[in-house]
Parts: sequence; C-alpha cells; structure tokens
Amino acid sequence: MKHAYIDEHSNIDSYIHRLDPRIKIICLVAFILFVIFTKPTSFIAFALYGALIAVLILLSKIPISFILKRSIVIIPFVLMIAIFIPFLKKGEVAGGYSFGTLKLTVTYDGLMIFWNILVKAYLCILSMILLITSTKLSDLLKALEKLKFPSVFVIILSFMYRYIFVVQDELMKMRQAKEARSVGGSRWFHAKVLANMIGVLFMKTYERGENVYLAMCSRGFDGKIKTIDGFRLKMNDFCFLLIMIGILTGIRILGS
Amino acid sequence: MIKKIIEIKNLNYSYPDGTEALSDINLDIFEGESIGIIGPNGAGKSTLLLHLNGILRGNSHIRIFNQDVNDKNLAHIRSKVGLVFQDPDNQLFMPTVFDDVAFGPINMSLPKNEVELSVEEALGEVDMLRFIGRASYHLSFGEKKRVSIATVLSMKPQILALDEPSSNLDPKHRRNLINFLKQLKLTKIIVAHDLDLVLQTCSRVALIDKGRIITAGITLDILRNKSLLETHDLEMPYPLFKEK
Repeated sequence: MKHAYIDEHSNIDSYIHRLDPRIKIICLVAFILFVIFTKPTSFIAFALYGALIAVLILLSKIPISFILKRSIVIIPFVLMIAIFIPFLKKGEVAGGYSFGTLKLTVTYDGLMIFWNILVKAYLCILSMILLITSTKLSDLLKALEKLKFPSVFVIILSFMYRYIFVVQDELMKMRQAKEARSVGGSRWFHAKVLANMIGVLFMKTYERGENVYLAMCSRGFDGKIKTIDGFRLKMNDFCFLLIMIGILTGIRILGS
Repeated sequence: MIKKIIEIKNLNYSYPDGTEALSDINLDIFEGESIGIIGPNGAGKSTLLLHLNGILRGNSHIRIFNQDVNDKNLAHIRSKVGLVFQDPDNQLFMPTVFDDVAFGPINMSLPKNEVELSVEEALGEVDMLRFIGRASYHLSFGEKKRVSIATVLSMKPQILALDEPSSNLDPKHRRNLINFLKQLKLTKIIVAHDLDLVLQTCSRVALIDKGRIITAGITLDILRNKSLLETHDLEMPYPLFKEK
C-alpha cells in the first residue's frame, strides 16, 4: 500500500524548516495582515511581497514546481468568487459586451478590485503553502496549542491527521472488494451500492471512534489532551521574527 | 505466599441492548503469572479484558490489588493495568510515536524528564527507539503492534493485558513477540485464538465460551484435552499433536 503524506517535504533540512513553528505561524499571520491591508494601487508593494515570499521559498529548498502546483489548485476557487466583481461594480466603464438586450459592462474600479483580490489571495496562499510544507504537521499542531489556539480544534486536527488515511484505506479496501465481485450491473445499481458503502464507512469510523476513546481511557485520559512542551526559542528564531517584521514594515512604507 | 492481584467474583455483564456477554465469571489472577484467556469468536474474551481496568464495570465484583474499582481509584488502577487493544490503529491515536507512548505517562502527571525517560525505555524494550519521531500511520503493521505494547509499558504497569497480540503478524514478528512476552517480567493476561502462543507464554489458561468460564487450569492440561477444545470450536496446537 502506498502511503500518502500530507507533509511530504517537511523533512528537508533548511533554515526555514529549522525555525520554531510558533515563530513561523506568527510571521504568517503578520504577512497575511500586511498583504491584506495594502492599497490595491501600490503595485510596488505587491512586487516586493512577492519577492519576499520567493526568497523564503528558495531558502526552504522545497521544490518550486511543487509549490506552484499546490498554489494553482486553489486559484479556481478564488477566480470563481472574484470573476463577477468587474461586472457588478459601478464606475468608469472600461469596456462592454451586449447580447441583444442584455448589456454587460466592465468598469476600471471593478477590474482593480478583481486584481486586488487575485494578487492578495495568491500571495497569502503561497505563504500558507510554505508554512504547511516546511513544518511537520505534528509540530504545527503543537505550536498552535502553545499559541493558545482552542484545544478542541487542535485535537480535531490531530485526529484528522492521524485517521484520514486510515479511513481512506478502509474505503479503498471496500471498493476493491466491490470491484472484485462486480460483474455487469446497471449504473443505477452501482450508484446505490456506493451509497451503502458510504453508510458502512460511517458506521466503521463511528465504531473506531468509540474504540479509540476506550484506548484513550485505559491510558488515563480524563477529557484533556496534555502534551509536553517540546520547543525552545533560539536566537535564530528571534532574528527571523525581527527581520520579517522589519521587511514587512519597510514594504508598507515604501508602498504607501 | 503468592499474592492474588485480581479477583473476579460472580461477574455478570450485559451489553446495553440486553444481550448477555458475561455471566457468573469467577477468576483469580496471581502476581507474576501469565494467564491465557481462550475461547471461540464472540465468547466474551475481549469484554472480560475491558473489565480489568475499569472501562466496563459489569456488576462490579472485581477487586484489583485488593481494591474495588470505583471512580476514585480508577486512574490508579488504569496506570497499573496496561491494556493493549487488538487493532493498533485504535491503540495509536496521536500524530507521532513519541506522543503516543508519552500519552499515558503525561496523563499520570509525571514531570517532563521522567516522561521522556519512560518513553525511551519503553520503546527500547520493544526495540522501536529509532522510530520515536515518526508518524504512527507510516509504520508497518508489526511495528505498530510493537509500539502499541510500548504505549502501555511506558506507564510502568504491573499487569499487562493483551488482546490478540499475534493477530495479523507474520511468522517472524510473531516469533519475536513470543520471545519478548516470555522474557517480560510482568503479570500477563493474554486473550488469544493463537493457542500455540498461549502454549508458549502462559502457565495457566481459562477457557471461555458463551460468556461463561468453562474451565481454568494448567495450560498443558487444557490444551492437551482435544475433545474439550473441539467442543468449543478450538483446536489443539500443533506441537502437542506431535507429542503423541
């Protein structure tokens, strides 16, 4: 069985990978906030933010093709939301189409908002991909916990990370068992079988949840997941944080 | 005198839907012994195991270390009786091997350095120390089984209760497991279909069928009794066949 990895590039040894995950999360949030609050017209600021994230990606030694591929997956969702904005915004008309009585116009203001959403979303996505691919998910979860992220969410995420592939394997095995016995049959019949499989999968995961809970109880679980503090901030981490904040502020001043 | 560490008297347990799972179970377990609990599928073996550290309470005629199981001493009892479930994917629920093995000791509120020490000791004992930082999901089945045992060994239990420890293991890992269990100086309760494993690791056996203890006694006496085993859907282990 081939095992998929959520964090397949997290074992590379690079400056970015060695940073404390908490520092990385703080920098990510800072980066996103700075990008979001940039004026749509300060093109130079966007270019510099882009350059900054590019340098960080290069430092992380993660294959660039991998990051580009990941980022492209998310673009359609952004496009779907943003594509109508140029048509809806009122203002100076940049161009138009008419289909009989129906008239569509595109405005400069609308286009600017469209560009704004697109570039900001893409920069944020790149930075998030960098954080996720350069950090082990278990470390990321621990860092979130240390940063006082609500522990229910951290626990849910950690169980998801642990069991998503187990559930996927279970589904795959069921599908193989079905294929092995599938000879003909109508499309409708197969659709019904799929519905049954989803039901069985639900029951299986439910039961597994109960069993996991028993296993947790028998090792002294009392409703609270406790972990031990495994991180120590180094000089390097502080330097990185300061440099990042410095650069971000610098770009902000330059861009305005 | 040998100390009695678990005493089960007239234990009855029915599932929430009313099906009777265990009825009138009487069993004593002594310090330092290895006892095998055998029986066909659905006999109630695993259910009995769940009573041994207070996950199920039945009608509560169980005394562990001379204490009744109640809410107050539950944490203490659970740290003394290490229960290893059959499916390692249920036993290992944390993101990494370290977190999993540390889960018990952390819940016992040990200080950080002691937690780390007991994790390393437990993983060393099952020869899995080099996997300490790995994600549990990416281990092979045999490795998961071994880490599962480490997750309770790290709590330094006095009793180790194993549910089907050899199921789905390949012969080599099964052999390693048997050798490991043989040299482990703890009281062991082993639920298994693998009667050969029971023969090699247990001094005493309790045969359960349909929620009742049919008989309990010296391992060889029971495992040599071909007709008794066959009435309860079991089979004499191969090494005993050759003896005849």
